[in-house]
Amino acid sequence: MDRRFPFKVLEHIFSFVDSNEDRNSVSLVCKSWFETERRTRKRVFVGNCYAVSPLKVARRFPKMRSLTLKGKPHFADYNLVPDGWGGYAWPWIEAMAARRPLLEEIRLKRMVVTDECLEKIAASFRDFKTLVLTSCEGFSTDGIAAIASTCRKLRDLELRECIVDDLGGDWLSYFPETSTSLVSLDFSCLDSEVKLSDLERLLSRSPNLKSLKLNRSVTLDVLESLLRRAPQLVELGTGSFSDELDPEEIAKLTKALSELKQLKSLSGLWDLLPEYIPLLYSVCPRLTSLNLSYATVQMPDLIDLLSRCSKLQKLWVMDLIEDKGLKTVALCCKELRELRVFPSGADLDETDVTLTEQGLVSVSEGCKKLESVLYFCVQFTNAALVSIAKNRPNFRCFRLCVMEPFAPDYRTQQPLDEGFKAIVEKCKDLRRLSVSGLLTDKAFEYIGVHAKKLRMLSIAFAGDSDLMLHHLLSGCQSLKKLEIRDCPFGDTALLENAAKLETMRSLWMSSCFVSFGACKQLSQKMPRLNVEVIDEHPPKTRPDSSPVERIYIYRTVAGPRLDTPEFVWTIHKSPEVGVSRLSIR
Amino acid sequence: MSYQLLSVDKEGLATSPGLKERNYMGLSDCSSVDSSTIPNVDKKSSLNFKATELRLGLPESSQSPQRETDFGLLSPRTPDEKLLFPLLPCKDHASGNKRGYLAKSGSNNAPASKAQVVGWPPIRSYRKNTMASSTSKNTNEVGLGPLFVKVSMDGAPYLRKVDLRTYTCYQHLSSALEKMFSCFTLGQCGLHGAHGRERMSEVKLKDLLHGSEFVLTYEDKDGDWMLVGDVPWEIFTESCRKLKIMKGSDSIGLAPSAVEKSKNKD
Repeated sequence: MDRRFPFKVLEHIFSFVDSNEDRNSVSLVCKSWFETERRTRKRVFVGNCYAVSPLKVARRFPKMRSLTLKGKPHFADYNLVPDGWGGYAWPWIEAMAARRPLLEEIRLKRMVVTDECLEKIAASFRDFKTLVLTSCEGFSTDGIAAIASTCRKLRDLELRECIVDDLGGDWLSYFPETSTSLVSLDFSCLDSEVKLSDLERLLSRSPNLKSLKLNRSVTLDVLESLLRRAPQLVELGTGSFSDELDPEEIAKLTKALSELKQLKSLSGLWDLLPEYIPLLYSVCPRLTSLNLSYATVQMPDLIDLLSRCSKLQKLWVMDLIEDKGLKTVALCCKELRELRVFPSGADLDETDVTLTEQGLVSVSEGCKKLESVLYFCVQFTNAALVSIAKNRPNFRCFRLCVMEPFAPDYRTQQPLDEGFKAIVEKCKDLRRLSVSGLLTDKAFEYIGVHAKKLRMLSIAFAGDSDLMLHHLLSGCQSLKKLEIRDCPFGDTALLENAAKLETMRSLWMSSCFVSFGACKQLSQKMPRLNVEVIDEHPPKTRPDSSPVERIYIYRTVAGPRLDTPEFVWTIHKSPEVGVSRLSIR
Repeated sequence: MSYQLLSVDKEGLATSPGLKERNYMGLSDCSSVDSSTIPNVDKKSSLNFKATELRLGLPESSQSPQRETDFGLLSPRTPDEKLLFPLLPCKDHASGNKRGYLAKSGSNNAPASKAQVVGWPPIRSYRKNTMASSTSKNTNEVGLGPLFVKVSMDGAPYLRKVDLRTYTCYQHLSSALEKMFSCFTLGQCGLHGAHGRERMSEVKLKDLLHGSEFVLTYEDKDGDWMLVGDVPWEIFTESCRKLKIMKGSDSIGLAPSAVEKSKNKD
């Protein structure tokens, strides 16, 4: 007797299962569930583009409508991954274009996207709606023009912090006069000026536009005219906010801003001048998200702004806010969930702003919903960390960057072990952690013991020995991504915990003491890991004991990749071969 | 399974502040796992580091010959006078900061805390580039970078920094400085109440200064201290190196006619 649910019933039940993790679990239950799930999955997420082949993904999910891919390791953001490393979008675009022409959404992060890719997207997916490129590179404004001109149903075009070959602002004029479907447009990372009239006309015919992020070359004097044509905006990223305006222009802009009754998110604000802050007063009370991280406004002007933002949930700001400003935030922004404080000075010795650990302590006291923090600070104390942990056990993401490497607790000269211990002990839901300052192996023992839900961990200039890595790999059950730089451990812990690496998405290690011999061993031991060495010189010319400068290890079912540049070496599985660098493009 | 590791000796750990010497070489000895196939990393120095050193960058880059072989390839924790981290990226890549390779310049002079380390602090290159070109866009002058000058004030516990390019005239600068240093001028500030300041109507700092004992001065490119306000704004921005809010009594040596002139500007 067939005891299985009819396909239709299963399908209906699965339509309520949204998250990819859940769907992955569902697909492991049995063959029929696997089949049903795969035929119904619409949103596909691949966290490492080299973990699986594009062809396999295209074949597995016939109903795919949305594809999200991530390419380079996270440390690529900080220049630790050389140019040309990889992360090419082309094989994926090509595979999807051939097999999944009904694809509507593509989201890429840290990948190399060429104009060819963009043209292919424009030509292949007739219902294409959403393109979001985050920290991508390799394309020019010509590629954007292709998307704009050809994708008739385009809803979202977002370029977030991409490095674009900017050939001019013409691309904007490629949106056909008939296109009225735009919902979000983000070109904040482009340099050149777009034609105002093109932009005005585009806004006028886009009644559904909810999110608009201008680039810096859109000057303040034209902002009013744009806002008048898009009063329904929910998210606004302004251009430059520093040009001179006469009183009449100021009055008009003030009015235009006050007309944005639905505005919840404000960003851009490049070079915001203090005297223009009052223009923003009308939108402040409704704001849930404010990004001042490019606004070089100092104290006390910031207080005028922040004290009016009582609904704020997300605040990104520079350290110009100082402890005083953060105290205001603690008092006024009771809904705050996410805080990021970036350094304003270029060098480590620019300590002319008084941002100390006290700022974060205040916010952790006052903002009871705070769950995500990124905080750059010159130095810190254990006491502060302990307070913060006690105040806010609900942290899910805690990233502290003590900018002075190896900086101990500046009051007691002790390592910051106890402070981070408090964090991982109290914050049981911690998913992401970045540690810094002077840390011994003990800190990592604490993390291994307590941080059971931790998925991503970033470490720099810390620890004393292999024990550190051993604690992490043997203790952190949920660990998926580990990135380490400049820490003094070698081979032992890595080899002992090799099996753990297959349960993780990836491990990055640079400037540590892992030897080439250990890399070989690891690769031979673990068939489904790619062990990639980044090195100018072929590793096989070195003795096995020589340390490897950078290694990137990730689990994969696709085997060694075929697009490695000359400085990346995949350690071959069979001992005699040693290293392989298959370079078929 | 017993897990044998050599732990680092902890003698230097808790006592001295700042950087400590650590010996990492003792740690790579693995005695338990697959020790037959993992070669022992020698504790001290027989590893010829020069030969195996990953020299990423120009082979002829100025390498200091004295390299401690006690320490590992990278000795993160060395006393100040030793080379710390891999320093600036390869100079032959004009495209600059995307190339992650590290050229160890071997300069032993850089005090540890001031060394430029690749990728540290971990700020996205996008943000770094954006902040670096922060004010050149404002001025509509191609090729001019931001013009940061330090501003100090007698009696204030710390300096501030301002980017002269973000201001267009003396009034602008004065207002900004006034706000920054208001907390240090006792009883003179009337800020924060007045929010209707779309335009700096008056030169508030000058008023402040006249009412109190402070004057605004700057050090020009010749190293001379001058009173602010004498020369046209553009010339001022080009020659100003530092700003200082001095006590009036200290500024006596400065051109008195300038002081007179600025008083008469009201």
